[in-house]
Amino acid sequence: MNAPATPPGRWDNLARSRAVRLARAASFAAGRLVSADHIVALLEAVIEPGDRVCIEGNNQKQADFLARSLVKTDPARLRDLHLVQSVLALPEHIDLIERGQVSRIDFSFSGPQAGRLARLVESGKITIGAIHTYLELFARYFVDLTPRVALIAAQAADREGNLYTGPNTEDTPAIVEATAFKGGIVIAQVNEIVDKLPRVDIPADWVNFVVQAPTPHYIEPLFTRDPALITEIQVLMGMIAIKGLYAEYGITRLNHGIGFDTAAIELLLPTYAAELGLKGKICTHWALNPHPTLIPAIEAGFVESVHSFGSEVGMERYTAARPDIFFVGQDGSMRSNRAFCQAAGHYACDLFIGSTLQIDLQGNSSTATKGRIAGFGGAPNMGADARGRRHASPAWLRAGREGRGNIAMPRGQKLVVQIVETFREHMQPTFVERLDAWDLAAMANMELPPVMIYGEDLTHIITEEGIANLLMCATPQEREQAIRGVAGYTPVGMARDLRMVENLRDRGIIRRPEDLGIRKRDATRDLLAARSVKDLVHASGGLYDPPQQFRNW
Amino acid sequence: MEQFTLTLPSSAPPQDIVHAAICGVVSSGNLEVLVEAAANRDACEIEVNTSAHGFRDIWEAVLKDFAGRHAVGGLRLSINDAGATPAVVSLRLDQAFETCRGETSS
Repeated sequence: MNAPATPPGRWDNLARSRAVRLARAASFAAGRLVSADHIVALLEAVIEPGDRVCIEGNNQKQADFLARSLVKTDPARLRDLHLVQSVLALPEHIDLIERGQVSRIDFSFSGPQAGRLARLVESGKITIGAIHTYLELFARYFVDLTPRVALIAAQAADREGNLYTGPNTEDTPAIVEATAFKGGIVIAQVNEIVDKLPRVDIPADWVNFVVQAPTPHYIEPLFTRDPALITEIQVLMGMIAIKGLYAEYGITRLNHGIGFDTAAIELLLPTYAAELGLKGKICTHWALNPHPTLIPAIEAGFVESVHSFGSEVGMERYTAARPDIFFVGQDGSMRSNRAFCQAAGHYACDLFIGSTLQIDLQGNSSTATKGRIAGFGGAPNMGADARGRRHASPAWLRAGREGRGNIAMPRGQKLVVQIVETFREHMQPTFVERLDAWDLAAMANMELPPVMIYGEDLTHIITEEGIANLLMCATPQEREQAIRGVAGYTPVGMARDLRMVENLRDRGIIRRPEDLGIRKRDATRDLLAARSVKDLVHASGGLYDPPQQFRNW
Repeated sequence: MEQFTLTLPSSAPPQDIVHAAICGVVSSGNLEVLVEAAANRDACEIEVNTSAHGFRDIWEAVLKDFAGRHAVGGLRLSINDAGATPAVVSLRLDQAFETCRGETSS
């Protein structure tokens, strides 16, 4: 039986549009291969006004050559573009807005460009659709924010157009899958074109064009924390976290933020945690990038498994040499995947701990400050109770009992922890009555203040003053006093009700270092398993190759 | 620079640590604390030299809590601060006191 005839254009507009674009571009390419000289013309042939475009900008790997090339296109031809990408990190991303080529953005994080972005929003040159979490933006790629054109970055291509992303796979599979299977066009910049790839990360028939960039794509060493810069306060807070939380709840599966506070915890595992007899009992399974500061704990046998969102510059040989720990291909190099690791952090970890810039009296925390639209990347997915979780673990069940009480239906809760010094640099208080996020939302006409972690998800706060267990607070008033009770000499902390705070301490809701048996005298840098980047290199047996800016020898 | 001296009531330490002319110096990049014996055993005299302006009320709160937390009567503390946070000041003071006590009781 024959299928009924369908008039052209009834169901295949996307495919027909793709064919037209590819036909226009054909003269600038030899099959899939494009020379760097022709890339601007090819972009002008492929992209149309109003297109949704993703310029692969992860928090580490950047399609920087394609971003620079897009800035060279004719603004009269390529305009009104809608950028849909996780990170606006490069100056070129913002240049495109200033040149009037991009009118709308949906993104997750804009760290280095946060100030410029805020000014453009204020002047009305750009509309922000929303600031998403990574996983949320990837999800929308498959619903209502599917890219028409994706400009991505890979380590190498073969002559067919297969791609090898190497350890920094990051967002690439999510972007390419959404684009390639919904009538879009995928253009990859690669560092080299080779006859045979070590492995295929993206198959050639999902890729339309490949261009060898004149210089290798930029990768930001975002997860390298120099142990030399870890303070004794961070050591003290790390001791509090290990003894007061990790040991207490038996945390084996977890995710750490990227700050110095959590780097300190990583470096205390082989020393302080080992002395407490916690090896094998805590911190065995991780959703974490290959942090150099985790090397001593791995070498000490603390760690069984690490799955990563991305990689880290200089950790390539180390991860390749530890395939029992990291996820490594049969070719011998690591593979990361931001979408899967975000899912892992959300559903399969019992604890998230990270830092923030501001916490209010309800426990809402935000990294938004006046004049900067920074976004929040993956933290909201890591730092949120997974409402869809249906597997139990002792830590999760205990947190559930503490938070929900003895309700008829047993249910756990994720431990979501903020670890902060009460004052940041320049005596900026971390604890505030009102988040700057409110002002930012008003300035940028956002429907929601950009809150990184909502108070209802936050279970503990650690400061130099101790731990506040928000799960065990019976009333909003108690919760507020528990927060004030660890807020130090900030105005919020000084306004505490001393009697209520002492009552909370008697009930174990607030625990000071001395309540945990931690001597402040012991909180010295001598307790760190590595005190410099050079120590990390030694700990790795010479496998870790730190980027130049972290070498001072 | 801002400079001020506080005299805070506190009981004398159990060990006779005041015999030590200089109990100790603890320092890090942004804070130095010198502990010496002083004549008045009912109070702790604290001299603060700080590079930051306008935080005297926070200093007073930090130092008052310190003098309440430990028996520091009969001690004179000199603090040279180059922008340490209150957390660092508290920790360093506690460490300075614990160090003094440790040295004299051993």
